Amino acid sequence: MESLSNKRKLIESKPLNFWERAYLPAIISGLSITMKHFFRKPVTISYPEEKREFSENFRGMHSLKRDENGKERCTACGLCALSCPAEAITMTAAERQKGEEHLYREEKYAAVYEINMLRCIFCGLCEEACPKEAIYLDGDIVPADYLRKDFIYGKDKLVEAPLNQ
Amino acid sequence: MELGDIIIKFILVVIIFAISLVVAMYSTYAERKIAAFFQDRIGPNRAGPWGLLQPLCDGAKMFLKEEIIPTNASAFLFIAGPSLAILTACLGSAVIPWGQNIQIGSRVVELQVADINVGVLYIFGVVSLGVYGVMIGGWASNNKYSLLGAIRAASQNISYEISMGLSIIALLMLTGTLSLRELAAQQHDWHWNVLRQPLGFLLFIVCAFAETNRTPFDLPECETELVGGYHTEYSSMKLGFYLFAEYINMFISSAVMATLYWGGYNYPGMDWVLVHTGPTIGPLIGVIVLFAKIFLFIFFFMWVRWTIPRFRYDQLMDLGWKVLIPLAIANIVLTGLISNYL
Repeated sequence: MESLSNKRKLIESKPLNFWERAYLPAIISGLSITMKHFFRKPVTISYPEEKREFSENFRGMHSLKRDENGKERCTACGLCALSCPAEAITMTAAERQKGEEHLYREEKYAAVYEINMLRCIFCGLCEEACPKEAIYLDGDIVPADYLRKDFIYGKDKLVEAPLNQ
Repeated sequence: MELGDIIIKFILVVIIFAISLVVAMYSTYAERKIAAFFQDRIGPNRAGPWGLLQPLCDGAKMFLKEEIIPTNASAFLFIAGPSLAILTACLGSAVIPWGQNIQIGSRVVELQVADINVGVLYIFGVVSLGVYGVMIGGWASNNKYSLLGAIRAASQNISYEISMGLSIIALLMLTGTLSLRELAAQQHDWHWNVLRQPLGFLLFIVCAFAETNRTPFDLPECETELVGGYHTEYSSMKLGFYLFAEYINMFISSAVMATLYWGGYNYPGMDWVLVHTGPTIGPLIGVIVLFAKIFLFIFFFMWVRWTIPRFRYDQLMDLGWKVLIPLAIANIVLTGLISNYL
């Protein structure tokens, strides 16, 4: 039969010679290979104590940034929620009152800002969408937890620590 | 036999029993650690320093797990299986000479529980009893995987017992005794039997792997095909007994190999050491040497386990019947010719 492609390869199966059938030389060479590994340095990284170095553009937990005066940058414009493909972000906007100028940069701010970490796929589209440079995925790995409700992170967990404190 | 002798024997039995249990316990730890090293990992290291308490945790876990006896299992046999397995595993240590006579105070103590003149036969009897534990357990589970594993174990053990016995016959032709004590004594200094019977030893160690159901002959367990083999239905400490029995078997067969072929407690220059250290310390060094040999064999068991894949069943039978038995018979003939004409 004519072959359909030139990829066919004839495999020759020779009968085993005496030493191959005796099986022992193969076992000995196998044992020497495993013995080489016995003295090799383990590749294990004991995770919680040691951490592998993350790459430059690693995307971890989100943080809501403050500006140089310690005011929250977020204005609750909702672009991050709109851009989020997993629909993980919700927020409620509020108007800045008199006397709160040291807390929020613009007149409008996010009173509630929640990210569902179980929905989030860490694509980073929110940080690209943000016009105020308020959200960055520069945190660590999101830790494990027992209940689903505990994975909805509010502002208490997301907002950066205030300056000088 | 006076009372003092009986008490000493009793103490010796307890010590040997405790040692074989502790060795079995730490073999599980060693197996995991060695497996890890062979695979460039670290292995258990959380329980205690270097994970040394891991076997205790495993044991506690085994005891605390739920006891499950399947509805359709035969309850009596289901319990009898693991008990028999561990019983026969422990029996073998009775005839092994652990060292030369040792002097404690004014008393000379024999480091062997029973010096019976058919020690080798006794070992073989106990080893062939071992298959009942597996067979009964697998049968009583009323589960097809268990039954398949048990049948495999039975046919494998029976096949390999033949070539094991034949490989021993060649050794016995040279030594002319069945008593393990005399066998060990004959290999004084460096006259180890492995030098006279290299092929016999090779056959014996292959058969020992098969008898203890270790890789590459671990078809009775065979996780990839039979779930867990004969102990699929077992849980809690009954499973623990089976696993323990495997490690005790490994310990005992290592001890038997060391005694039969690798000189037992003998080592080159032992007379000099005995004269210079006295009748108490000298024999103790022999015991340490024997244990070093045993641990080397246990390490070898594990080394092989993490190197060689499992045999296919027909390959196993081919090896047993078509290769090992003819080789063992040829070994007997050769030994006879050489000892007669050379």
